[in-house]
Amino acid sequence: MKHFDVIVVGGGHAGIEAAHAAARMGAQTALITLKADAIGVMSCNPAIGGLGKGHLVREIDAMDGVMGVAADMAGIQYRLLNRRKGPAVQGPRAQADRKLYKAASQQLTRNQKNLEVIEGEVADLTTENGRVSGVVLADSTRISAASVILTTGTFLNGVIHIGDQRQSGGRMGDKPSIKLAQRLASLDLRLGRLKTGTPPRLNGKTINWDILESQPGDDDPVVFSFLNKQPLVKQISCGITHTNEKTHDIIRENLNRSAMYGGHIDGVGPRYCPSIEDKVVRFADKTSHQVFLEPEGLDDNTVYPNGISTSLPLEIQEQYVRSMRGLENVEIMQPGYAIEYDYVDPRSLSAALELRNQPGLYLAGQINGTTGYEEAAAQGLVAGLNAALSSQRRAPIILSRTQSYIGVMIDDLITRGVTEPYRMFTSRAEFRLSLRADNADQRLTPIAIELGCASQERTQNYLRKENALSAGKAKMDAMVITPKEAVSHGFKVNQDGQRRSVFELLSYPDITFDLLAVAFPDLNEIDAPIAAQLSKDALYANYLERQSRDIAAMQRDEAWKIPADFQYLNLSGLSNELQQKLQTARPSTLGQAARVDGVTPAALALILAKLRQGRREKVA
Amino acid sequence: METIFALATARGKAGVAVIRISGPSSWDAAAHLCGTLPAPRQAGLRVLRWHEEALDEAVVLCFEAGASFTGERVVELHIHGAVATVTAVLRALGESPELRMAEAGEFTRRALENERLDLAQVEGLSDLIEAETEAQRKQAMKVLSGAVGRIVDDWRAGLIRAAALLEATIDFADEDVPVDVTPEVMFELNRIETDLRRELARFSAAERIRDGFEVAIVGRPNAGKSTLLNALSGREAAIISEIAGTTRDVIEVRMDISGLAVTLLDTAGLRQTDDVVEAIGVDRAVERAKAADLRIFLLDREEIPLLSPEDDDLIVYGKSDIHSSDGLSVSGKTGDGLDVLVAEIGQKLLHRTQGAGVMTRERHRDAIQAASQALGFAKNEVMSDYDRPELAADYLRMAARSLESLVGRVDVENLLDEIFSSFCIGK
Repeated sequence: MKHFDVIVVGGGHAGIEAAHAAARMGAQTALITLKADAIGVMSCNPAIGGLGKGHLVREIDAMDGVMGVAADMAGIQYRLLNRRKGPAVQGPRAQADRKLYKAASQQLTRNQKNLEVIEGEVADLTTENGRVSGVVLADSTRISAASVILTTGTFLNGVIHIGDQRQSGGRMGDKPSIKLAQRLASLDLRLGRLKTGTPPRLNGKTINWDILESQPGDDDPVVFSFLNKQPLVKQISCGITHTNEKTHDIIRENLNRSAMYGGHIDGVGPRYCPSIEDKVVRFADKTSHQVFLEPEGLDDNTVYPNGISTSLPLEIQEQYVRSMRGLENVEIMQPGYAIEYDYVDPRSLSAALELRNQPGLYLAGQINGTTGYEEAAAQGLVAGLNAALSSQRRAPIILSRTQSYIGVMIDDLITRGVTEPYRMFTSRAEFRLSLRADNADQRLTPIAIELGCASQERTQNYLRKENALSAGKAKMDAMVITPKEAVSHGFKVNQDGQRRSVFELLSYPDITFDLLAVAFPDLNEIDAPIAAQLSKDALYANYLERQSRDIAAMQRDEAWKIPADFQYLNLSGLSNELQQKLQTARPSTLGQAARVDGVTPAALALILAKLRQGRREKVA
Repeated sequence: METIFALATARGKAGVAVIRISGPSSWDAAAHLCGTLPAPRQAGLRVLRWHEEALDEAVVLCFEAGASFTGERVVELHIHGAVATVTAVLRALGESPELRMAEAGEFTRRALENERLDLAQVEGLSDLIEAETEAQRKQAMKVLSGAVGRIVDDWRAGLIRAAALLEATIDFADEDVPVDVTPEVMFELNRIETDLRRELARFSAAERIRDGFEVAIVGRPNAGKSTLLNALSGREAAIISEIAGTTRDVIEVRMDISGLAVTLLDTAGLRQTDDVVEAIGVDRAVERAKAADLRIFLLDREEIPLLSPEDDDLIVYGKSDIHSSDGLSVSGKTGDGLDVLVAEIGQKLLHRTQGAGVMTRERHRDAIQAASQALGFAKNEVMSDYDRPELAADYLRMAARSLESLVGRVDVENLLDEIFSSFCIGK
């Protein structure tokens, strides 16, 4: 029987990242997927990044992950969202060429040491002494491993809806994982049902691009990976069209034929990604909605019309699409559909993404109730690192809310659960000003180096930058001037007699590095990219001091670990409602307990009292 | 580790009150008030001064770290239990930058963290905590019921709306959301800030102690309000006549009830009138009566009052020398029932100084002050020439966190709910 340290089931974005992370950690890793050729398929829209999501990609990249590198190998239109706002809320985004992305993922996977791809359907899990010990394939092949990571996406009891037609499937054209779903059902996990949707895919040759508004990429593209400086492939533009009254009439008249509105779907869909049916019903007063026409590749005619996902029957999809400007004669290459699938209540997971009541089994991606490639990949990274660490009998790595968006997401998932498919937003991060896309490497790459999952190239690249940043900052800290001198150089500062360093001056919104360099020519020795980074760091310096106090308070509470078997039920002084909520969420630290809905300071003091008591009994 | 302080004894008038300060800066902070500190574990009599002003004479006790209730450096100030004294000392401590008011259960929590409580005490703690939460719950319910509740709900809605608008421009920049949300955000922030400022003045315990409570006597004309006022105050403050509508302006009499400063207000009788001067008097009467801390409704039996009494208000049947009735009845003429009425007023007002005691009020005041400051900063950011909604949003988050004890927790989910229900998100 073949043996691996880590088995990853699924070749989507969570699976790829999990397998690579484990392999980078030196664990012998197998990635088992139905079709090796489907590794790295983008099954939804052909784009990576965005607000919050772009932050995740940068963090994955800072940990030397795959997504940022693959996205740059496929990025055909880059836009930095919120470019005119502050760096804390700027999100890199790119249209990706589907074929190039898939090819990049597969090439990186082939080149990754310690990683083997196995084609097959995982039908069952094996256990030994209560711990997962491997998998059984549909052809009865057994493969053993110290840890198993499931990244089965929407394939668990997946049902695809087009109008009143339905079929089982995890993605158009793929089989669902029924056997595995039955196996998971036997683990007595809390399951829920979610839904998501896609728009019809259009034939770009049949779109009248000449009369449509076009949206080019940025003139000065900002790429994903800290290893890259500019786009690697040819850049293109997207088109924009709009729905109109006629489109809305067609949809309204046929609402009862939509799977969503015809009562065929029970799952809860995401509010931030509503179907066109939803938009027309819920925002009835809007007479038009924007539709982005996103090319799926450089040598691919398929176009993804972002904004009109649907579960109407095909002939209605044709009618409403053709009611839009520029799409009068458009051909549908693949109909839009809605998909319903099971997810596992993520409150069953530890912060390492290991199932609390099934040691050795990790879950990552859409199976945990999230949506989006980036969210899936980020979880894959965490599960992969931890599965490898566990197989090496090392302590888990937990990224916290105070240091990363990844930590925010996982903490949200495991303490609060989900009510709709979970998507990252920058507003979810309370320390948004310090958790920026531009400083993801400063926050996380040192951790990756320490863990041992960063390559030589990554490590050296980072250390060079880090040295240049410290040298630049030291130079600017050392240059101290009086208010009078500042004014003599044309900088407006309070005449309070207080001396300020040049770095402090850089935090003033109207004092740029270039202006400073005119006054202090020595600064010209600092390279432009380093100067740009220092400017971003300086901008929020005054705010970060306050945040660091809040961070310290949060970390103090995080230091209090709550044992997995802690009994909330019958804890006198705690209301029944809170007992239930805490019993379900099973926070692993006092800090997490504080974030469970409804928990009061008094309840926390009570939990702390019990923790203290438990610790003493152990000592005694 | 921050240094915290709070009143350790029950609130309200008492012989002695103890204020506890715990944390690394506690000794320095106490020394700042009383000059030299006595040796640890030895009582010393000191005059507490703040900005050159003597606040009280107090017995001061210091405890070293490792030998105190919390396990940290602790100072106890045993001061006179007058409400005004306690308030003055708490306020002085609140103004020290290195100190902050303790949160509910925080001393106990520190004692636990520093392993100063033994097992039996830990067992007993749950009861204590239950008591604490019950008190908190009651406090919150009190704040949240009635008029204050409506204002607080309004703040919450306004905060969520303003924050949601800012977050929508940040997180959904590539969606169909309004580009310039400045006017609506500023409208909400201005509204809340104005309210906070007003509440700050109203909530302030010190102001209440200094200015006293206002108790208004209300009723229809010729109900005998002025007679009652004169009888209660023991002097002829208001003119009395048989002519209905004699009292036109609001007459104020200051008196001492159960040790509290009380201003009794005699107001014009409430009725529809064509007399321009009397009509102004009636309007003024309604306004002052509503703003007063407590109202005494002087009624005839079976009369339905023109202004509706609030929960705590007293209903009194007048002219008991003429009519006899059940319930609280008085006669300003004979003095019958006055002592009962005075005792009732005293009890109700004392209850307020205890129930919504100094500490919670001070804490609310601090919270409102912090929130109002943060809102000011947020407004500056919104109005600045630089497009930095993330900074405005950060200040708003701070304001919401400060007000958490009043408006409840404002979570990112609340903002997302607001965003998704207002804008069509999803391209």
